[in-house]
Amino acid sequence: MNERITLKYDVHCDDFTRAGEASSSVKRKLKLMGVNPDVIRKVAIALYEGEINMVIHSYGGTIEVIISPSVIEMILRDTGPGIKDIELAMQAGYSTAPDNIRSLGFGAGMGLPNIKKYTDDLKIESEMGIGTTLRMLVYIPLEE
Amino acid sequence: MGKFYNSVNLKKDLCMGCINCIKRCPTQAIRVRDGKAEIIKEFCIDCGECIRICPHHAKEATYDSPEIMKKYEYTVALPAPSFYGQFNNLDDINIVLSALKRMGFDQIYEVGKAAEIVSELTRKYVAENQDKWPIISTACPTVVRLIQIRFPNLIEHLLPIYAPVDLAAISARKKAMEETGLPSEKIGIIFISPCPAKVTAVKSPIGIKKSEIDGVLAMKEVYTMLLPLMKESVNSVEDLSQSGRIGIGWGGSGGEAGALLTDNYLAADGIENVIRVLDDLEDQKFEQLEFIELNACSGGCVGGVLTVENPYVAKVRLKRLRKYLPVACNHLDTEDTTEAKWTQDVQFEPVFKIGKNMLDSINKMSIVEELCTRFPGLDCGSCGAPTCKALAEDIVRGVAQEEDCIHILRDYIHKISDELSRLDNKR
Repeated sequence: MNERITLKYDVHCDDFTRAGEASSSVKRKLKLMGVNPDVIRKVAIALYEGEINMVIHSYGGTIEVIISPSVIEMILRDTGPGIKDIELAMQAGYSTAPDNIRSLGFGAGMGLPNIKKYTDDLKIESEMGIGTTLRMLVYIPLEE
Repeated sequence: MGKFYNSVNLKKDLCMGCINCIKRCPTQAIRVRDGKAEIIKEFCIDCGECIRICPHHAKEATYDSPEIMKKYEYTVALPAPSFYGQFNNLDDINIVLSALKRMGFDQIYEVGKAAEIVSELTRKYVAENQDKWPIISTACPTVVRLIQIRFPNLIEHLLPIYAPVDLAAISARKKAMEETGLPSEKIGIIFISPCPAKVTAVKSPIGIKKSEIDGVLAMKEVYTMLLPLMKESVNSVEDLSQSGRIGIGWGGSGGEAGALLTDNYLAADGIENVIRVLDDLEDQKFEQLEFIELNACSGGCVGGVLTVENPYVAKVRLKRLRKYLPVACNHLDTEDTTEAKWTQDVQFEPVFKIGKNMLDSINKMSIVEELCTRFPGLDCGSCGAPTCKALAEDIVRGVAQEEDCIHILRDYIHKISDELSRLDNKR
C-alpha cells in the first residue's frame, strides 16, 4: 500500500506554449483522486504561478509534487539567476520581468504573492547565480 | 428518471467497433467492449460529438416523434431561434411560424421571446452579483453538466436563471391555459430543438425541479415536414413572431453575451474550446470578466447535431433576419414573468473519482502511473479505451485488464511460446 505518490515534471525556460503543462497534469490527477475541490484550486493556482515563474525567470528546472492523504507538497527547483531580494519579490506588484514578457500579459508582480496567498506554507531558498527552490504546502482537510 | 440520463443511443447492428467515437469524446466516456461502443453514462455530457463523428451512423440522438402532438388536445410549438437559420432565402420568420401552425400546432411561443426576458434578468443578476464574476451562462445543458462533473470550483459562478426554453415552456403553458381554459395535462408544450442535450435537460433537469416541456422534436425532422407547408403558407402569413434582435441572436455563439450590453465578456464555442476556457478559468487566468458565454457546439446552437445547415451559414442567415428587427420586443416590466430563478442547488458529482478515500486514491493513482510506464503510450485505442492512461484508470476501477492492451498481450504470448519451445527442447 502506497501512502504517498510523487509526480515529477521538467520545466523548460522561455517555452510559453508548454507553460502550465505540469500544473494542468497535476490538477487532472488530483481531480481523479477526488481531492477536495478547494485544495485542488489552491494547488493548481500556486503551481501554475510557480511554473510560469520558472519559464520566465529561470534556465529551466523540475517540479516535484508529493501527495499524501493529509498534505500536498510541491518542490520547484530551478537553475537560474536567483532572487536578489526575496522580501521585495514577495511584494504585490514588484516585478523584474522584462518588457517582452509583460507584453505577453505576464510579469505583473503577482506570482509570489499569489503563491503565498494560495498555499498554507511557503519556503524560498535562493542563491544568486545558481538558482531558486520553492517548497510549498497545501493541507488537505480531513475527510468526513 | 435516473440521475444519469443520456440522450445518445447506440444502434448495435451498425456499430463496427472502430475507435472514432472513443477518440473524439471530450470526457472519455466511451469504450469499445466486445466489439461495440459503450457509453459510460455518468461520464457522458450529451455533447453529441460521437454522433457527428461516427462514420457508420451507429450513434443516434434520442428525441420524440411528431406523433407526440396527438397525445394532447392543444399543442404549443416552441421553436428555437437557431431554427430560423436553417432555411434558405427566408426573409420573414412568420412564414416558418405560420407553417408550424399548418403542421398541426395550435399556438406558437418562440424561445427567442423568452430569451429576451432571460437577457434582462441576466443583466440584473450580473450587476447585482459582482462577487460572483465571471458569471457563466447556463443555457447550454452540456456545459452545465460538464461543470457539474468536472469543475466543482466553478459551480458558484453558474447563472442561476432558467434557460430560455424552460422559461418559454412555463409562459407558454400559462398562456395556453388562460386562453383555452384547458387543464395543464391536456396542453402539450413541444420544443423544436437543435440538440439532444435538451432531451436530457427535460428528463433530468439541473437547477430546476421539473421541466415544463412535454416533448422535444428534432429540428432536422421538423425541417423536412415544414418545407412544403412553408410554400403553402407564403400567401397567408400570420403575424406571429414576437422576437427582436436579441432573441434571434441567441441562436448563434456570442448572441447571449452580446445581449448584456457590455464588452467585458468572453464567448467560446465548440466543446474542446469550452473545456480550455473552463480549465483556465479555474486557474484564475482571467480577471475582471463579467460574463462567460459557453456553447458546446461550434457556432453555438446553430451547430447542434439535430440541425441541417452548416452552422456558419445559419449564423449569417440569422444576422440577415434580425437586421431590421427592433433590439428587443419583450421586457420585464411589460411581460408577466413568473419567477425565473433556479430552485435547486447544483451539487458537484465526482463521477471520475477513482478511490473510496484519499489513501485508496493514492494507491490506485500509483498503480495507474506504474501501468502507464509499461504501456506503449501509442494511444492506439485497440484496447477499447481512448488512451493508455484511460486503460490504466479502467484497470484500477476494475473494469478492464492489462491484457486488453494488445502490445502487452503480444509480449505475453511471446513469453509463453518461448517457454513452450524451451520445454520442447528439454524433451
